Amino acid sequence: MRIRSSYPALVAAVLVVASCSSSSSTPTTAAGASATSASAGGYTIGIVEQQLSNPFFANLEAAAKAEAQAHGLTVITAESKVAGDAATQVTAIQDMINRGVKGISLDPGNATAVVPAVQQATAAGILVVAVNTETSPSTAVAATYETDNLAGGKLMGQYAKAKIGSTTPVVALLDYDLTDKTSKARHDGFLAGFGITDSSPEIAAEIATQANADSGQTAMENMLSAHPDINVVYTINEPMAVGAAAAIKAANLSHPVIVVSIDGSCSGVQAVKNGQISATVMQFPSKMGKDAVDAIINYVSTGQKPSGIIDTGTTLITDQAITGVQSQDTTWGLQNCWGATS
Amino acid sequence: MTSRQALTAAAEAGQPPTPILEARGLVKHYGHITALDGTDFDLRPGEVLGLVGDNGAGKSTLIKALSGAIIPDAGEIFLEGNRVNFQSPHDARAAGIETVYQDLAVAPALDIASNIYLGREVRRKDFFGLVFRKLDYGYMRETSTRHLMDLGIGLKSVRQSMETLSGGQRQAVAVARAAAWGRRIIIMDEPTAALGVRQAGQVLELVQRIRARGLAVVLISHNMPQVFEVADRIYILRLGRRAAVLRPQDTTMADVVSIMVGAIGGDVPARGQGAATPPTATPPGYSLTPFDPSGS
Amino acid sequence: MTAESPKPGSVHATPALPAGEPVWRALLGSTVAGPLVALLLACLVFSLGTRTFLRAENISLIFQQSVVVGTLALGQTLIILTAGIDLANGSIAVLGMVVMAKYVVEGGDPIVALLLGFVVCMVMAAISGTIVSRFNLPPFIVTLGMLTAIAASTRLYSSSASYTVPPSLLTWLGNSIKVGGATVPYSIFVWLALFAVAHYALTQTAAGRHLFAVGDNIEAARLAGINVRRTLLSVYVVAGAIYAIGAWEALGRIPVADPNGYSTANLDSITAVVIGGTSLFGGRGGVFGTLIGTLIVAVLANGLTQANIDSLYQQVAIGILVIVAVAVDQLVRRRRAS
Repeated sequence: MRIRSSYPALVAAVLVVASCSSSSSTPTTAAGASATSASAGGYTIGIVEQQLSNPFFANLEAAAKAEAQAHGLTVITAESKVAGDAATQVTAIQDMINRGVKGISLDPGNATAVVPAVQQATAAGILVVAVNTETSPSTAVAATYETDNLAGGKLMGQYAKAKIGSTTPVVALLDYDLTDKTSKARHDGFLAGFGITDSSPEIAAEIATQANADSGQTAMENMLSAHPDINVVYTINEPMAVGAAAAIKAANLSHPVIVVSIDGSCSGVQAVKNGQISATVMQFPSKMGKDAVDAIINYVSTGQKPSGIIDTGTTLITDQAITGVQSQDTTWGLQNCWGATS
Repeated sequence: MTSRQALTAAAEAGQPPTPILEARGLVKHYGHITALDGTDFDLRPGEVLGLVGDNGAGKSTLIKALSGAIIPDAGEIFLEGNRVNFQSPHDARAAGIETVYQDLAVAPALDIASNIYLGREVRRKDFFGLVFRKLDYGYMRETSTRHLMDLGIGLKSVRQSMETLSGGQRQAVAVARAAAWGRRIIIMDEPTAALGVRQAGQVLELVQRIRARGLAVVLISHNMPQVFEVADRIYILRLGRRAAVLRPQDTTMADVVSIMVGAIGGDVPARGQGAATPPTATPPGYSLTPFDPSGS
Repeated sequence: MTAESPKPGSVHATPALPAGEPVWRALLGSTVAGPLVALLLACLVFSLGTRTFLRAENISLIFQQSVVVGTLALGQTLIILTAGIDLANGSIAVLGMVVMAKYVVEGGDPIVALLLGFVVCMVMAAISGTIVSRFNLPPFIVTLGMLTAIAASTRLYSSSASYTVPPSLLTWLGNSIKVGGATVPYSIFVWLALFAVAHYALTQTAAGRHLFAVGDNIEAARLAGINVRRTLLSVYVVAGAIYAIGAWEALGRIPVADPNGYSTANLDSITAVVIGGTSLFGGRGGVFGTLIGTLIVAVLANGLTQANIDSLYQQVAIGILVIVAVAVDQLVRRRRAS
């Protein structure tokens, strides 16, 4: 009976912990398991990523690793256990300092929590660059290689505005948690590109979802139930867009709905090709990984440090191009996408 | 001839009647501790046997061995003269021995009828029962109610859940459950321990009614007055061995307690001898004064 | 079993048997009264607050959105009734989805795929059940470990990719019929049928009684001769089959098997069970309460979205409901025990 009475406490504890996590994977820190040695003579660098179960981060890490190994470097890798987990990353960075790495490519799980560890590394003479998202302050690292999400969002908004033409827009926003920098940037970019603000009457509904297909579908269904005249849908990523597209299809609306998304995964580009999504903005995680490692290599051989925030680019992918908005078609998209095709 | 008549006849003939349950030389060790040290035991048909002993004397272990909950390390158990080998409580139940445990072993959230039929549920005899395994609640409730009434237990409805009953009522239901299923022997472990005077009295009345039905009862208790009130014989267990078996009318509560704690020697037969002590044997060294209830 | 009628010469004559409880009283006293009231109240508030809530199509939507989590919650109910818990049910269903989808996408037969899905889900659940029943480890810990292992395995197996399933047997449950202007997919009928079967099994069969007894007082069940080990193992395996059905329904809803999908389905299913009045400590409750609990969560999501209220309020509301439900369960237990 005593065991049973501690169940509520256990359950509460796990509910708290688990509610902060969407996936769980063990970190691959240190000790041989993740150190990939190359030919003798190469030095070691560290790659710290977010959860590798997310194909975006997996793609980033893979590109960085490939570039490093192509130059004969040894790589130590580490990843976050869950979204927002910086603690594992901090431990990994400290371990990498001890192991004498020359440079670290870091994708911060939390913009502020990693800064002290980054400063420790920099003080030890290690070059630290950020990928995918900035630290806070962004100058804590030498340079950041990321997608300009604001620009990406603007592309989405511009395309949607151009496509809707003269029809009165009724906009639905399927967001993610807006305290997340990337989400906020994309959201703001879309609004700017579309020419509206958060309080514009054109916005019929807005929901923060879990950024996956089933929550996107549920959110879209409920929105359409209340506002069947929605004709523009902004989604924070492609799984959401696919879920929303399913809801739109099932709703049998009499008017076309423009669904825009962002990320550039291969399955997302495929969805554009299938007509589920009108357009998506591609980002280039492999470029981030490669450029970050190249910067480290350059620093080690020439002593020259990179600086600033470098935009690794955004490209709109659509098969229904519109004049005035630059884009590539899905064939190009499928050649340059990341992740596996579904 | 009923078992009570057999008992009386045998007593008149001056011979001990054949035990319904008998054990010889039971041994059980738990690590260094010897719980049963060559215990002999006999239970006569239709009697209430009070099983008493100090803490740690081995009472629980003894009844667990008799009810199949544990398997003794050595010794033999005979049921109606036939050697039996209980591997589980299920075997003992199948042989007609039911046990009322100290914590009652009832499911508090389930109702009375469900508890009485727990593990022995009855299905309907019609299509729903045969194909869809539908239970016959009507039958189970009706017979549960009858069993309770047979024993004079007054309860509003067998659909009440066990946890809404008082301690005494719960005990009564547990006893009724054992009486409903037991065909030969009911073993009760401290049935009145947690009860007030009035409720305890009702449980003792139940014990007497069960005896009246012809079942034999083994009653573990610490409460001497209650044991003396209801038992036909008193079996005193000390340090895992039988210290004495006496009739209440042949002894006093004080003497029984003394034997329990070893202050005076009991009539402990040598190991191996399984025959029941004749009730009139006088242990050396002390007298058997008749029990005087007015002193309690 | 001794005499079925009073023995001759017994002390008491047989008076009339007490009458049974009236239905309305049983309903009010049961654990579903509270959740049912909460559900009706929520529906009332939203139908007054929006013009679109009570439309047939919207009600259908609410059911459609409840189906998958509701099915998982059904299996969860059975396990929670035994005083256990299953944190791995969402990941088991997702694994099932991925296995089925991958098989068909790579050219396999849909019927075989469906069978594979059932096998995989039931085997995973059986592993949890075996560890719990044979080694007596707490279900919380066991299923937490299984959750992690299965989620990682799913990602490895699919290389983190999603699989889109072409229309086939796997998506069949997504086909629908029109009922009074509302679209009703087959999956809803399957879900409701599962509920009916589970309710029957729990209340009308010996296996159901044993399940409650094991959750209520496992020692009493053991002493009553119930094979506790077999009861526990079988409840997990049955739940595994139910999770496979949930996976099938999920593919019908959206024909994509995403290893990252349904990430909170395990907690959502526990929420539905608890709000529905089933006690986390076992032995009390039932599937009808879970049905209501699932609907409450979906109603809140749907109604708040339509009223354009921030979804964070929805999370707060659900959290409060869970705490209230557990508190009420404790109060009822204490009052009944005194």
